[in-house]
Amino acid sequence: MSTVSEKKGGFLAGTANYIDERVPVGSVLKNFGRKVFPDHWSFMLGEVALYSFVILVLSGTFLTFFYQPSMAVVYYQGSYAPLKGVEMSIAYASSLDLSFDIRGGLLMRQVHHWAALLFVAAAGLHMLRVFFTGAFRKPRELNWVVGFMLFILGMAAGFTGYSLPDDLLSGNGLRIIDGMIKGIPFIGPSISAGLFGGEFPGTEVVARLYSLHIMIVPALIIVFVGLHLMMVIIHKHTHYSGPGRRDDNVVGYPLMPVYVAKAGGFFFLVFGVIMAISATFTINPIWNYGPYDPSPVSAGTQPDWYIGWLDGALRLAPSNWDIAILGVVLPMGVLVPLIVSLVFLALVAVYPFVEAWVTGDKREHHVLDRPRNAPTRTAIGAAGVTFYAVLWAGASTDLIAVNFEMSLNQVLIAMQILLILGPVIAYWVTKRTCLSLQRKDREIVLHGRETGRIVRLPHGEYVELHEQVDKYTLWKLIDFKDYQPTLARPDKKGKITIMARVRAKVSSIYFEDRIAPVSKTEFELAHAEHAPESAQIQEKPKAKRKPKALASK
Amino acid sequence: MSEIEKAYEGGLATSVERPIADPGIEPHRLRMTDKDEGAAKTAERVIASLFLLSIVGAIIAVWGFFAFPITDGDLSATRNGALWMGVGMALSLFGIGFGAVHWAKSLMPDHEVSEDRHLARSSDEMRAQAIEIIKLADGESGFTRRKLIRRTMYGALAFFPIPAIVIFGDLGPSVGDTLKRTMWREGTRLTKDPTGIPIKASDVTIGSVFHVIPEGLKDLDHEIKLNEKAKAAVLLVRVNPEDLKEDPAKASWSYDGIVAYSKICTHVGCPVALYEQHTHHLLCPCHQSTFDLADHCKVVFGPAARPLPQLPITVDAEGYLVAQSDFLEPVGPTFWDIRND
Repeated sequence: MSTVSEKKGGFLAGTANYIDERVPVGSVLKNFGRKVFPDHWSFMLGEVALYSFVILVLSGTFLTFFYQPSMAVVYYQGSYAPLKGVEMSIAYASSLDLSFDIRGGLLMRQVHHWAALLFVAAAGLHMLRVFFTGAFRKPRELNWVVGFMLFILGMAAGFTGYSLPDDLLSGNGLRIIDGMIKGIPFIGPSISAGLFGGEFPGTEVVARLYSLHIMIVPALIIVFVGLHLMMVIIHKHTHYSGPGRRDDNVVGYPLMPVYVAKAGGFFFLVFGVIMAISATFTINPIWNYGPYDPSPVSAGTQPDWYIGWLDGALRLAPSNWDIAILGVVLPMGVLVPLIVSLVFLALVAVYPFVEAWVTGDKREHHVLDRPRNAPTRTAIGAAGVTFYAVLWAGASTDLIAVNFEMSLNQVLIAMQILLILGPVIAYWVTKRTCLSLQRKDREIVLHGRETGRIVRLPHGEYVELHEQVDKYTLWKLIDFKDYQPTLARPDKKGKITIMARVRAKVSSIYFEDRIAPVSKTEFELAHAEHAPESAQIQEKPKAKRKPKALASK
Repeated sequence: MSEIEKAYEGGLATSVERPIADPGIEPHRLRMTDKDEGAAKTAERVIASLFLLSIVGAIIAVWGFFAFPITDGDLSATRNGALWMGVGMALSLFGIGFGAVHWAKSLMPDHEVSEDRHLARSSDEMRAQAIEIIKLADGESGFTRRKLIRRTMYGALAFFPIPAIVIFGDLGPSVGDTLKRTMWREGTRLTKDPTGIPIKASDVTIGSVFHVIPEGLKDLDHEIKLNEKAKAAVLLVRVNPEDLKEDPAKASWSYDGIVAYSKICTHVGCPVALYEQHTHHLLCPCHQSTFDLADHCKVVFGPAARPLPQLPITVDAEGYLVAQSDFLEPVGPTFWDIRND
């Protein structure tokens, strides 16, 4: 019998051997150690979200050691003088103690809050990157849905945490949630009673939100993050279009050592930025607000940014519009915003499936689209962003009116109009811009780049010289996917179904206006017209960031 | 064409012959650190310095913890402690972060490499084997064959979660009529929030606003005090009686131009706390619902739909303002059976 292991090397080799003989980490490292990841700044947005979550777990764990989720009453005796002797809940008192009587507590509270704001922001921007580059296409549709769930869970984590200090500001936020829940027909009041343990505000809600905030929501986030990353590994990361980048390869740098250092270092950078902000900028100064009391309220209050769009939806709701049917009152001032936001979210969640249905494209896509090369998708995205942005700005109508000395009513009415018109305008402008950019690309491919050099020909005519771009740039300009609209075709039974008609209609909306990629024939024809020397494709890639003055010489 | 490109239908995709062939990945460009040993040495020193700076940052953070002990009533210790701990930790994190990234960018290989992708789907052979396994498991267990077992199992699986839902039944008591009544009763004095001092009609001058709670609310147990306050909070204003557009049926609800309205917005329940004297408008700062106080708090702007309920008031023998009764309609956000008694 031969022995498998040979003892060699020092302590490290010995340890590695010990572990590998029990858990074969060797094969894991072999399979994943040199995995290739493409490089682009926009791929860091998801990383920022992931790292913010890690920072949230770290700082949040610190907070749980001191925070007490109880609404029992206490008279504050801590070192913040203005609130001494004030009647408040233990939750609020322990949040004050965290801020004033525990060294590092204020810093960790601010780290936690800033990281939460960054987490949702980075996740949202990451979603936009994925949307505008078409990274959600097959095989990544399911991962889009997982990512969407993470975005929702991020907002849920934010809201449940926001209310824990039981201060005046967050209490009013809860009051709004209570009012919305009560507006749901039939079950609303019971759900509200279930959440608050009876009447609002009751004595239960903080402890319940705490369970949600530190167990259920983060556990779900961890599960979904796990799924999200697992699918990234299975699919391998997408890459931007460019020379040598195809649907059947991935071009980039190996995980070990480059990405271990870059991504690992990046975690510290994200943490460093959050730490620097938290050390120098106050966030959520709960001691200024006082304990929750249902009667007072401060003007100009704002929710955390990611709840803003929902609050804006409430403000922009139609006026005076309750509907009563058979004694059942439907408060439209609550239900319309609820339905509108849910429909908006549902559209976001299902978009990849809609686009796949329209294009009928069953292929896997690993090369990202430049946004201009998918004009309709980009325009839809811009319309969605505008809709969200108007709702979001709607949460600040009062601040806008005060700061710009305008009428509150007119600001709000303007927002209502903008909410409807804005997306339409954004759609149209974006689509036209994309098509123009595509046209420009086409010009460059066919006739080269304008050099700005005016030359006088022997017979007196002046012409501007065009310079052919190098083949790497050229490839980037011509390598994109193109679709054309379809007609409603009969199915196997010879019937034209309604779905076929709808699809034909939608496909014409998508692809009626399109700029086709330059074909070989067009390219050769165009180049035959030009002087033979200009048809020479540059072999060498052009040096990046060449000074303008030099380039024109 | 590769396996990935031709495996599936392209749908509406067009196929165009590209003018030139894919030129492949751009040629690699050397960095200074690749060309010049001196530059590489400099980069190495910079990275090491960043890591050393990180250690300094950690030391500053620890110093910040001990240097600013908490002293009662002095907030500067809190402020400075948070600042220096944060600045130190940020420095410590930035040192490691910039060091590692600089190391990767200046000294680690920057040759782009290409790795092949494969279709996500399992191979036909794999699928066939997977199906075999399922069939085998089905045969061995008799899952399809033994209908009785299968169907009763579905039944059991459908029923077993029900207790898990029912068990949450005590999350909150049933609502009952709690949403439709407050602690105002006939003769309850209107008192100032939060002191609980009763208000005399003669104290209320024209244009002044009082935030009001019912007498006795202040002394309630904390558990129910906020619940009652969330319903019973009232705003009391005296306007010139000539400015009031009073419904004859409700004319007796005010006293000499003094009117009392629920402070809880009928939209989603924020306190309607802003009063504009010359227009007699009440504004909710949360979503800008605006109510006309002179016209029974009708909604004049914003997402609310119901007027703020009016508390009928009068004065008692000593001249203090008292309620004539509870509100005659529910206060706060609208819910579905708000109109049924």
